[in-house]
Amino acid sequence: MKEKQDYIRDIAKVRSMMERSSKFLSLSGFACIMAGIYALGGAYIAYKVFGFNSNGIGYGVPGSADLSGELIKVIFLATLVLFLALGTAIFLSSRKAAKRGEKLWNPATKLVLINMAVPLIVGGLLILVMISRGLVGLVAPMSLIFYGLALYNASQFTYEEVRSLGLIQIVLGLLGAYFVSYGLLFWAIGLGVAHIVYGIYMHYRYER
Amino acid sequence: MNISITGVNKAFESRIRLGIMSALAVNDKLDFNTLKEFLDVTDGNLASHLTALEKLDYIMVNKQFIGKKPNTSYAATGIGKKAFAHHLTALEQLIRGVIE
Repeated sequence: MKEKQDYIRDIAKVRSMMERSSKFLSLSGFACIMAGIYALGGAYIAYKVFGFNSNGIGYGVPGSADLSGELIKVIFLATLVLFLALGTAIFLSSRKAAKRGEKLWNPATKLVLINMAVPLIVGGLLILVMISRGLVGLVAPMSLIFYGLALYNASQFTYEEVRSLGLIQIVLGLLGAYFVSYGLLFWAIGLGVAHIVYGIYMHYRYER
Repeated sequence: MNISITGVNKAFESRIRLGIMSALAVNDKLDFNTLKEFLDVTDGNLASHLTALEKLDYIMVNKQFIGKKPNTSYAATGIGKKAFAHHLTALEQLIRGVIE
Protein backbone atom coordinates (compact mmCIF):
# COMPACT_ATOMS: atom_id res chain seq x y z
CA MET A 1 0.00 0.00 0.00
CA LYS A 2 1.33 3.36 -0.93
CA GLU A 3 1.57 6.24 1.52
CA LYS A 4 0.04 9.68 1.27
CA GLN A 5 3.42 11.16 0.35
CA ASP A 6 3.60 8.78 -2.60
CA TYR A 7 0.21 9.90 -3.90
CA ILE A 8 1.19 13.53 -3.58
CA ARG A 9 4.39 12.80 -5.49
CA ASP A 10 2.36 10.95 -8.13
CA ILE A 11 0.16 14.01 -8.67
CA ALA A 12 3.23 16.27 -8.83
CA LYS A 13 4.77 13.96 -11.44
CA VAL A 14 1.58 14.05 -13.53
CA ARG A 15 1.43 17.83 -13.41
CA SER A 16 5.08 18.37 -14.29
CA MET A 17 4.96 15.83 -17.13
CA MET A 18 1.83 17.41 -18.62
CA GLU A 19 3.45 20.83 -18.50
CA ARG A 20 6.88 19.75 -19.72
CA SER A 21 5.48 17.79 -22.65
CA SER A 22 3.02 20.40 -23.88
CA LYS A 23 4.60 23.76 -23.09
CA PHE A 24 7.68 25.45 -24.39
CA LEU A 25 9.41 26.61 -21.22
CA SER A 26 12.97 27.04 -22.40
CA LEU A 27 12.78 30.65 -23.54
CA SER A 28 15.27 32.55 -21.46
CA GLY A 29 14.26 35.82 -19.83
CA PHE A 30 17.74 37.15 -20.51
CA ALA A 31 17.19 36.58 -24.27
CA CYS A 32 14.09 38.80 -24.05
CA ILE A 33 16.08 41.54 -22.34
CA MET A 34 18.76 41.33 -25.04
CA ALA A 35 16.13 41.46 -27.81
CA GLY A 36 14.72 44.61 -26.18
CA ILE A 37 18.17 46.20 -26.04
CA TYR A 38 18.85 45.38 -29.73
CA ALA A 39 15.47 46.90 -30.66
CA LEU A 40 16.14 50.09 -28.69
CA GLY A 41 19.61 50.34 -30.25
CA GLY A 42 18.16 49.80 -33.73
CA ALA A 43 15.42 52.39 -33.22
CA TYR A 44 17.98 54.89 -31.91
CA ILE A 45 20.32 54.40 -34.87
CA ALA A 46 17.43 54.61 -37.34
CA TYR A 47 16.21 57.84 -35.80
CA LYS A 48 19.45 59.64 -34.94
CA VAL A 49 21.96 58.40 -37.52
CA PHE A 50 19.77 57.80 -40.56
CA GLY A 51 17.20 60.44 -39.66
CA PHE A 52 14.43 57.90 -40.23
CA ASN A 53 11.11 59.42 -39.36
CA SER A 54 7.91 57.88 -40.61
CA ASN A 55 6.31 61.30 -40.78
CA GLY A 56 9.10 62.49 -43.07
CA ILE A 57 8.95 59.55 -45.48
CA GLY A 58 5.26 59.28 -44.87
CA TYR A 59 2.85 58.00 -47.44
CA GLY A 60 4.33 58.02 -50.92
CA VAL A 61 2.22 58.02 -54.02
CA PRO A 62 0.88 54.46 -54.38
CA GLY A 63 2.95 52.50 -56.85
CA SER A 64 5.97 54.75 -56.70
CA ALA A 65 8.35 52.68 -54.65
CA ASP A 66 10.71 55.15 -53.13
CA LEU A 67 13.59 52.92 -52.17
CA SER A 68 15.98 55.70 -51.29
CA GLY A 69 19.38 54.98 -49.78
CA GLU A 70 18.17 55.85 -46.29
CA LEU A 71 15.24 53.48 -46.48
CA ILE A 72 17.42 50.60 -47.65
CA LYS A 73 19.77 51.24 -44.74
CA VAL A 74 16.85 51.19 -42.29
CA ILE A 75 15.54 47.93 -43.77
CA PHE A 76 19.02 46.43 -43.49
CA LEU A 77 19.24 47.63 -39.88
CA ALA A 78 15.84 46.12 -39.03
CA THR A 79 16.88 42.78 -40.54
CA LEU A 80 20.12 42.87 -38.57
CA VAL A 81 18.22 43.55 -35.31
CA LEU A 82 15.85 40.66 -36.09
CA PHE A 83 18.64 38.15 -36.70
CA LEU A 84 20.64 39.30 -33.66
CA ALA A 85 17.56 38.85 -31.46
CA LEU A 86 16.72 35.45 -32.99
CA GLY A 87 20.31 34.23 -32.71
CA THR A 88 20.56 35.30 -29.06
CA ALA A 89 17.19 33.69 -28.27
CA ILE A 90 18.16 30.37 -29.87
CA PHE A 91 21.58 30.33 -28.20
CA LEU A 92 20.34 31.21 -24.68
CA SER A 93 17.26 28.98 -24.93
CA SER A 94 19.27 25.93 -25.94
CA ARG A 95 21.58 26.61 -22.99
CA LYS A 96 18.60 26.89 -20.65
CA ALA A 97 17.10 23.68 -22.07
CA ALA A 98 20.40 21.86 -21.57
CA LYS A 99 20.54 23.08 -17.97
CA ARG A 100 17.07 21.65 -17.36
CA GLY A 101 18.15 18.39 -18.98
CA GLU A 102 15.83 18.83 -21.94
CA LYS A 103 16.25 19.33 -25.62
CA LEU A 104 15.32 22.63 -27.23
CA TRP A 105 13.45 20.88 -30.02
CA ASN A 106 10.38 19.01 -28.76
CA PRO A 107 6.68 18.84 -29.72
CA ALA A 108 5.91 21.95 -27.66
CA THR A 109 8.62 23.98 -29.39
CA LYS A 110 7.17 22.90 -32.72
CA LEU A 111 3.66 24.02 -31.70
CA VAL A 112 4.93 27.44 -30.58
CA LEU A 113 6.80 27.96 -33.86
CA ILE A 114 3.90 26.83 -36.06
CA ASN A 115 1.46 29.06 -34.21
CA MET A 116 3.76 32.05 -34.46
CA ALA A 117 4.67 31.40 -38.09
CA VAL A 118 1.25 32.06 -39.63
CA PRO A 119 0.73 35.63 -38.33
CA LEU A 120 4.44 36.43 -38.75
CA ILE A 121 4.65 35.31 -42.37
CA VAL A 122 1.39 37.06 -43.30
CA GLY A 123 2.57 40.23 -41.54
CA GLY A 124 6.00 40.05 -43.15
CA LEU A 125 4.54 39.71 -46.65
CA LEU A 126 2.08 42.54 -46.02
CA ILE A 127 4.94 44.75 -44.84
CA LEU A 128 6.91 43.98 -48.01
CA VAL A 129 3.84 44.93 -50.08
CA MET A 130 3.49 48.19 -48.12
CA ILE A 131 7.16 49.06 -48.60
CA SER A 132 6.84 48.46 -52.33
CA ARG A 133 3.79 50.80 -52.40
CA GLY A 134 5.56 53.47 -50.38
CA LEU A 135 3.41 53.06 -47.27
CA VAL A 136 6.48 53.21 -45.07
CA GLY A 137 4.71 54.95 -42.19
CA LEU A 138 2.67 51.87 -41.43
CA VAL A 139 5.55 49.39 -41.39
CA ALA A 140 6.50 49.83 -37.72
CA PRO A 141 2.92 49.64 -36.36
CA MET A 142 2.10 46.67 -38.60
CA SER A 143 5.15 44.74 -37.43
CA LEU A 144 4.01 45.32 -33.82
CA ILE A 145 0.44 44.20 -34.54
CA PHE A 146 1.41 40.99 -36.32
CA TYR A 147 4.13 40.18 -33.78
CA GLY A 148 1.55 40.67 -31.03
CA LEU A 149 -0.92 38.38 -32.81
CA ALA A 150 1.82 35.75 -33.17
CA LEU A 151 2.60 35.90 -29.44
CA TYR A 152 -1.07 35.78 -28.51
CA ASN A 153 -1.60 32.79 -30.79
CA ALA A 154 1.38 30.85 -29.41
CA SER A 155 0.78 31.72 -25.75
CA GLN A 156 -1.27 28.61 -25.01
CA PHE A 157 1.84 26.51 -25.59
CA THR A 158 4.23 28.48 -23.41
CA TYR A 159 4.30 30.73 -20.33
CA GLU A 160 0.89 32.34 -19.87
CA GLU A 161 2.48 35.79 -19.53
CA VAL A 162 3.26 35.69 -23.25
CA ARG A 163 -0.44 36.38 -23.87
CA SER A 164 -0.26 39.75 -22.06
CA LEU A 165 2.95 40.63 -23.88
CA GLY A 166 1.15 39.92 -27.17
CA LEU A 167 -1.81 42.10 -26.24
CA ILE A 168 0.51 44.95 -25.25
CA GLN A 169 2.24 44.75 -28.65
CA ILE A 170 -1.13 44.80 -30.45
CA VAL A 171 -2.34 47.87 -28.52
CA LEU A 172 0.95 49.71 -29.14
CA GLY A 173 0.74 48.77 -32.82
CA LEU A 174 -2.79 50.15 -33.14
CA LEU A 175 -1.75 53.37 -31.37
CA GLY A 176 1.24 53.63 -33.70
CA ALA A 177 -1.01 53.15 -36.73
CA TYR A 178 -3.25 56.01 -35.57
CA PHE A 179 -0.46 58.37 -34.54
CA VAL A 180 1.71 57.56 -37.55
CA SER A 181 4.35 60.18 -36.80
CA TYR A 182 5.06 58.39 -33.50
CA GLY A 183 5.27 54.96 -35.16
CA LEU A 184 8.95 54.49 -34.42
CA LEU A 185 8.47 55.60 -30.80
CA PHE A 186 5.70 53.05 -30.23
CA TRP A 187 7.85 50.44 -31.95
CA ALA A 188 10.71 51.21 -29.54
CA ILE A 189 8.34 50.98 -26.55
CA GLY A 190 6.85 47.67 -27.75
CA LEU A 191 9.84 45.73 -29.00
CA GLY A 192 12.34 47.53 -26.77
CA VAL A 193 10.93 48.54 -23.39
CA ALA A 194 8.18 45.86 -23.18
CA HIS A 195 10.68 43.09 -23.98
CA ILE A 196 13.12 44.31 -21.36
CA VAL A 197 10.44 44.62 -18.67
CA TYR A 198 9.00 41.22 -19.60
CA GLY A 199 12.45 39.60 -19.62
CA ILE A 200 13.31 40.97 -16.17
CA TYR A 201 9.93 39.79 -14.83
CA MET A 202 10.38 36.30 -16.30
CA HIS A 203 13.92 36.07 -14.99
CA TYR A 204 12.85 36.86 -11.43
CA ARG A 205 9.68 34.80 -11.58
CA TYR A 206 11.01 31.58 -13.13
CA GLU A 207 14.77 31.54 -13.29
CA ARG A 208 15.97 32.16 -9.79
CA MET B 1 -8.69 -4.86 -14.74
CA ASN B 2 -6.81 -4.32 -11.57
CA ILE B 3 -8.42 -1.51 -9.63
CA SER B 4 -8.32 -1.41 -5.85
CA ILE B 5 -11.27 -0.47 -3.63
CA THR B 6 -9.98 3.09 -3.38
CA GLY B 7 -10.15 3.44 -7.17
CA VAL B 8 -6.39 3.60 -7.59
CA ASN B 9 -5.38 1.84 -10.79
CA LYS B 10 -2.53 -0.65 -10.39
CA ALA B 11 -1.47 -0.02 -13.99
CA PHE B 12 -0.39 3.48 -12.98
CA GLU B 13 1.50 2.45 -9.88
CA SER B 14 4.75 2.79 -11.79
CA ARG B 15 5.87 6.41 -12.14
CA ILE B 16 7.02 5.71 -15.68
CA ARG B 17 3.60 4.46 -16.78
CA LEU B 18 2.04 7.42 -15.00
CA GLY B 19 4.44 9.72 -16.86
CA ILE B 20 3.64 8.12 -20.22
CA MET B 21 -0.10 8.60 -19.69
CA SER B 22 0.39 12.21 -18.51
CA ALA B 23 2.38 13.10 -21.60
CA LEU B 24 -0.11 11.35 -23.90
CA ALA B 25 -3.04 13.05 -22.15
CA VAL B 26 -1.91 16.45 -23.40
CA ASN B 27 -0.37 15.45 -26.75
CA ASP B 28 -2.28 13.85 -29.63
CA LYS B 29 0.64 11.51 -30.27
CA LEU B 30 4.29 11.23 -29.33
CA ASP B 31 7.05 9.13 -30.83
CA PHE B 32 9.31 6.78 -28.93
CA ASN B 33 12.34 9.05 -28.78
CA THR B 34 10.38 12.06 -27.57
CA LEU B 35 8.81 10.00 -24.78
CA LYS B 36 12.23 8.65 -23.86
CA GLU B 37 13.55 12.20 -23.59
CA PHE B 38 10.66 13.42 -21.43
CA LEU B 39 10.86 10.45 -19.08
CA ASP B 40 14.62 10.03 -19.03
CA VAL B 41 14.56 6.20 -19.16
CA THR B 42 16.38 3.53 -21.16
CA ASP B 43 14.97 2.07 -24.39
CA GLY B 44 14.21 -1.33 -22.87
CA ASN B 45 12.57 0.09 -19.79
CA LEU B 46 10.31 2.40 -21.80
CA ALA B 47 9.45 -0.33 -24.30
CA SER B 48 8.31 -2.75 -21.59
CA HIS B 49 6.08 -0.13 -19.94
CA LEU B 50 4.62 0.84 -23.32
CA THR B 51 3.86 -2.81 -24.07
CA ALA B 52 2.10 -3.16 -20.72
CA LEU B 53 -0.09 -0.14 -21.43
CA GLU B 54 -0.77 -1.37 -24.95
CA LYS B 55 -1.93 -4.76 -23.65
CA LEU B 56 -4.47 -2.95 -21.47
CA ASP B 57 -5.68 -1.03 -24.56
CA TYR B 58 -4.76 2.20 -22.79
CA ILE B 59 -2.54 3.34 -25.65
CA MET B 60 -2.40 2.59 -29.35
CA VAL B 61 0.71 2.15 -31.40
CA ASN B 62 1.19 3.49 -34.88
CA LYS B 63 4.17 2.22 -36.85
CA GLN B 64 5.14 3.98 -40.02
CA PHE B 65 8.12 4.95 -42.09
CA ILE B 66 9.44 8.45 -42.42
CA GLY B 67 11.56 8.10 -45.53
CA LYS B 68 13.44 4.90 -44.81
CA LYS B 69 13.48 5.27 -41.04
CA PRO B 70 10.86 3.42 -39.00
CA ASN B 71 8.96 5.71 -36.67
CA THR B 72 6.71 4.45 -33.91
CA SER B 73 4.27 6.84 -32.32
CA TYR B 74 1.91 6.33 -29.41
CA ALA B 75 -1.45 7.83 -28.57
CA ALA B 76 -3.84 7.43 -25.64
CA THR B 77 -7.06 5.53 -26.40
CA GLY B 78 -10.48 6.53 -25.11
CA ILE B 79 -10.30 3.71 -22.55
CA GLY B 80 -6.83 4.87 -21.50
CA LYS B 81 -7.90 8.49 -21.04
CA LYS B 82 -10.90 7.42 -18.96
CA ALA B 83 -8.80 5.11 -16.80
CA PHE B 84 -6.24 7.85 -16.28
CA ALA B 85 -8.90 10.40 -15.31
CA HIS B 86 -10.42 7.92 -12.82
CA HIS B 87 -7.00 7.28 -11.37
CA LEU B 88 -6.32 10.98 -10.88
CA THR B 89 -9.70 11.49 -9.18
CA ALA B 90 -8.94 8.56 -6.87
CA LEU B 91 -5.53 10.03 -6.02
CA GLU B 92 -7.08 13.40 -5.23
CA GLN B 93 -9.72 11.85 -3.01
CA LEU B 94 -7.14 9.76 -1.19
CA ILE B 95 -4.96 12.76 -0.48
CA ARG B 96 -7.90 14.84 0.64
CA GLY B 97 -9.19 11.97 2.79
CA VAL B 98 -5.88 11.61 4.53
CA ILE B 99 -5.51 15.32 5.20
CA GLU B 100 -9.02 15.82 6.54
